[in-house]
Amino acid sequence: MTTTHPTTRPGAPPSGPAQTVSPARLAWLHLRFQFLETVRIPMAVIGNALFPALAMAFFVVPQAEVAGNPAFATMAVAGLAMFGVCSASLFTYGLGVAEDRALPFDPFVRSLPAGPMPRMVARVGNGAIFALFGLVPLIVVAWLFTDAAVTASELAVGIGMILLTSVPFVLLGMGIGYSLTAKAALPIVQVILFPLAFAGGLFLPPMMFPAWLDTLSQATPTRAGRDLMVEALTGIEANPWAWPVLIGWTLVFGALAAWAYRRDEGRRFR
Amino acid sequence: MTVITVDGVTRRFGDVVALDDVSLDVGPGELVGLLGPNGAGKSTLLSLISGQRRPDRGTVRLLGGDPRDAASRIGLGITPQETGLPATLRVGEVVDFVGGHFPDPVPTGELLDQFSLTEMSRKQTGALSGGQKRRLAVALSLVGRPRVVLLDEPTTGLDVSARQALWDAIRRYHAGGGTVLLTSHYLEEVQALAERVVVIDRGVVRADDSLEAILQQVSLRRVVLTCADDLSAWPGVVRVERFDGASSDGGTRQSLFTPDADALVRDLVRADVDFRDLEIRGASLEEAFAEMVDTAVPAPLEGATR
Repeated sequence: MTTTHPTTRPGAPPSGPAQTVSPARLAWLHLRFQFLETVRIPMAVIGNALFPALAMAFFVVPQAEVAGNPAFATMAVAGLAMFGVCSASLFTYGLGVAEDRALPFDPFVRSLPAGPMPRMVARVGNGAIFALFGLVPLIVVAWLFTDAAVTASELAVGIGMILLTSVPFVLLGMGIGYSLTAKAALPIVQVILFPLAFAGGLFLPPMMFPAWLDTLSQATPTRAGRDLMVEALTGIEANPWAWPVLIGWTLVFGALAAWAYRRDEGRRFR
Repeated sequence: MTVITVDGVTRRFGDVVALDDVSLDVGPGELVGLLGPNGAGKSTLLSLISGQRRPDRGTVRLLGGDPRDAASRIGLGITPQETGLPATLRVGEVVDFVGGHFPDPVPTGELLDQFSLTEMSRKQTGALSGGQKRRLAVALSLVGRPRVVLLDEPTTGLDVSARQALWDAIRRYHAGGGTVLLTSHYLEEVQALAERVVVIDRGVVRADDSLEAILQQVSLRRVVLTCADDLSAWPGVVRVERFDGASSDGGTRQSLFTPDADALVRDLVRADVDFRDLEIRGASLEEAFAEMVDTAVPAPLEGATR
């Protein structure tokens, strides 16, 4: 091809089988642009960041027996951090994906030469990034107004842990977002989020649960995530089932998300 | 090798049959206009070719592969709908994003320059005018140096000069050897660009022919009158359509399609044919096309196919 041709002339027919851009590069591409799209609407970011911090300020800080006890206060932080991550993941993905699907740009992106994986990976990555943003005000409130205490290494492990534990919720959110319209996704997310948060001991510590609820609680992904967070932050050992439960739910929600994506053909208007 | 092969494809949405046993082949370097009224099935057909949907029956091949495989779509360019551009991203960013999906994209600066969008590069797409959005949409279809582009209503709602500029860009691409499948409900657009025209209506291919042949069919005029005689064999009458039910005096209301309405009427008067209630619908090309699409259905009952 000489330089005198217009640059938009068609490419030469490929000699071998055509090669798509590598999935890692595509995932990075989607990650960057999804991040840009989200941060240009600051309210979405701020809203997510405020809720766990406000819950901390209103429900934990005034209770001296919790706020003044380093172990209890740290547990409360673990629970609310977990709630923040759950809520951000379910809302961003359940509702966000459902809304995106209603945009005419979505079928266009699906027709580009890329499979579903890079986009999903990028969404999970963005979920993690915004979950971390959301934790900053919570940590500041806990640090200033309670006796919650962690060492630097515990904090680092805790942040790593919360990113890991967010994965099943991001996948669940995507499963919802790709199966339902935005109108249906909103109530479903609310119906799932609050019972799951309560049963997982994110609001009330599970020590206060009756035995039957405690047993049930241990099968939930929220409880598994919370216990692993508590372990990371305080060293109180998690139930040995926490990892298998979390991984099990991750696989289930991953399959749900993949199924919903395949099934979706943008037919929300039909 | 054909670029696009659609073979016996049927696609339903619930009870609605959007495409009914449609077959279509597009070879390399063709510029095909896909013409049809709103809701005819054009967009559904494009969504099958671009791998967004799966046919219920039949097969669709794109550049020799299954369009649902990402690798088959490397040589495909499509336009997003102008309303669908992500409003918060800047023009240059959208081009970078779409181009990033292709192994050898046109550099963003060059592409924007060709479509006179260079000054808009830092603007968010939400701030663009309708014409600029259209230009960006067509530019996006070409960023991956595609071998075939699907253009869905590329210039709907544009003023004359903006439309001409986009048509030039499409012609340039085609002159370089590219294959184009273009939909429109504007006959004018198809006439300006396409060499071959496929007319689709209610999910069925009604005509598939060279532009000249199609134009001849649609540039007929319609002479409507009530007359007891059968006028279908009259010289100059290409086709007759009768309205059901004779009127009280035995006359039949009928439409005569002819290339020259003046000559036909003169002939009828000279031969003293007993007709009344004469109407001549001097169709614009677009009206004529609409008539062709409608009358091609044996019993056009409103709502029956909806």
